[in-house]
Amino acid sequence: MTPSPPSDHLSDTQPGSSPPNTSVESQFAYGVSPGRKAFGAFMTTLVVGCALLAALPLFSILWTVITNGVAHLSPRVFTELPPPPMVDGGGFRNALMGTFWVLLLASLISVPFGILVAVYVSEFARDSQFSKFVRFGINVLSGVPSIVAGLFSYGVVVLLMGGFSAWAGGVALAVLMLPIVERTAEEGLKSIPPEIRQGAIGLGATNFQTISQIVLPSALPFIATGVTLSLARAIGETAPLLFTALFNQFDAKSLSDPTATLSVLIYNFSTSPFQNQKDLAWVASLLVIGIILVISIVARRIAQRQAF
Amino acid sequence: MQNMQSSTSRTSTNAIADQAVALRAENVSVYYGAFQAVRNVFLDVPKNQVTAFIGPSGCGKSTLLRCFNRLNDLVASARVDGKISFQGRDLYARDMDPVEVRRRIGMVFQKPNPFPKSIYDNIAFGARINGFRGNMDELVERSLRSAALWDEVKDKLNQSGLALSGGQQQRLCIARTIAIEPEVILMDEPCSALDPVSTLRVEELMHSLKEQFTMVIVTHNMQQAARVSDMTAFFNAEAGEGGSRFGYLVEYNKTQDIFSSPQQQETHDYVSGRFG
Repeated sequence: MTPSPPSDHLSDTQPGSSPPNTSVESQFAYGVSPGRKAFGAFMTTLVVGCALLAALPLFSILWTVITNGVAHLSPRVFTELPPPPMVDGGGFRNALMGTFWVLLLASLISVPFGILVAVYVSEFARDSQFSKFVRFGINVLSGVPSIVAGLFSYGVVVLLMGGFSAWAGGVALAVLMLPIVERTAEEGLKSIPPEIRQGAIGLGATNFQTISQIVLPSALPFIATGVTLSLARAIGETAPLLFTALFNQFDAKSLSDPTATLSVLIYNFSTSPFQNQKDLAWVASLLVIGIILVISIVARRIAQRQAF
Repeated sequence: MQNMQSSTSRTSTNAIADQAVALRAENVSVYYGAFQAVRNVFLDVPKNQVTAFIGPSGCGKSTLLRCFNRLNDLVASARVDGKISFQGRDLYARDMDPVEVRRRIGMVFQKPNPFPKSIYDNIAFGARINGFRGNMDELVERSLRSAALWDEVKDKLNQSGLALSGGQQQRLCIARTIAIEPEVILMDEPCSALDPVSTLRVEELMHSLKEQFTMVIVTHNMQQAARVSDMTAFFNAEAGEGGSRFGYLVEYNKTQDIFSSPQQQETHDYVSGRFG
């Protein structure tokens, strides 16, 4: 009987290292039934296949957008207005500026709003019935289809102001950004140890000083992550903008005018029968994806700087 | 109950002259909801001395300490009965601003809790919110020197306070409390999270600080109380009706007397290591 070192029973796959298959012990240790081996191989193939399949649409989209977009990318897309049908060239500076303004308005509304809600829920009303109600509301809001957010803004802003505008688009996107900002800010505030707050209170800081100078700055990485993630979500939204910011072939003269945005431009031009407009839609898609990529990387970087 | 009666009378026989009293607790009981954490404490904390609260866990010594700068206000269910006065003024009077109380009675916590800011800003924060208008650099240096931390951190004032070791963090917390120039510094088991060497440094610090400040320190460590304090209050816990435990003051006297000639059997048993 060959005494084999105990570590050897794992090395059956190494050629040359398998001990003579004579003893009862080794038969017991090395005998994997062919059925089980086949089943293992099948399952491995299945999960690897599914994983590849799941990644396929992403790479397919990236490939199509990049090849089609890069082919038509040129400096003029940033400086010129969309061309009329049958005319070559042109760009979408109005949509770039429009997206910028609509997102800025949406951020100006949702970021302070979301942070203040988070401060209330996490610092003042933790575990109260009202804060549970607010949190429930925020959860529901994050599940609201984006087109409903657009309807809300249409009902409130468009009808009241009497027209489509960047304001209306900003409000619609703000509704979508609010739950993301609120939730990440709340998570951030909750991650700050209570000892830190007590330390500040114990030095004679007021609630306002404690929250504004100690707690919020400590939670800043979380908040910044939430803001960037919500921007990444909002920049691609089309449905809520279709009947709020609408579109504009030209530069919007003010925030109260109908405003072009990248996402609506993609929507309009991709269904256009004219090749030049289709090409511009590809370039705009490339830009949107590029911006989202940059925002996501920035968000990850910020998230790594957490104090606790 | 007997013990409390006698401790009360002891306190009054040892009564310190009124002008030398920094903090006075008269018949103080603290409740968390229906639970009574501390029962009927009478105690005078003398000025410019170190007073130690010792006793087993759950005897309410930290709870009482937190009443001295109204930190229990942060606990919604907490309620304080009786009277706590600071230089003769009722700390819980309706017109007393708790923020003002905490500016004059600072607190150092059990776990070092520097702010996630630079060492400099950790100290400057308290001073700024208290309306400090002088030379901030000088104040930071003075506070860090008082806390015996200056030499270790003078070259890295812009580094995060969280990058320091536990003992250094605790001295930073003491430094930031010193910086607001309170009259009293409360310390809630300041050394329980520290190694022996750091503990020794913090204890040396307490000795040097009592010229400027009145200090009250809660500690589990009897040797520490014996080393650093002038007065010692021994608290114990007892099961009350319904089985819930409440804390009470057993004996309060000069530290020397508590350790060498305790008047109460419970104190004697505790300081001689028979329980707790």
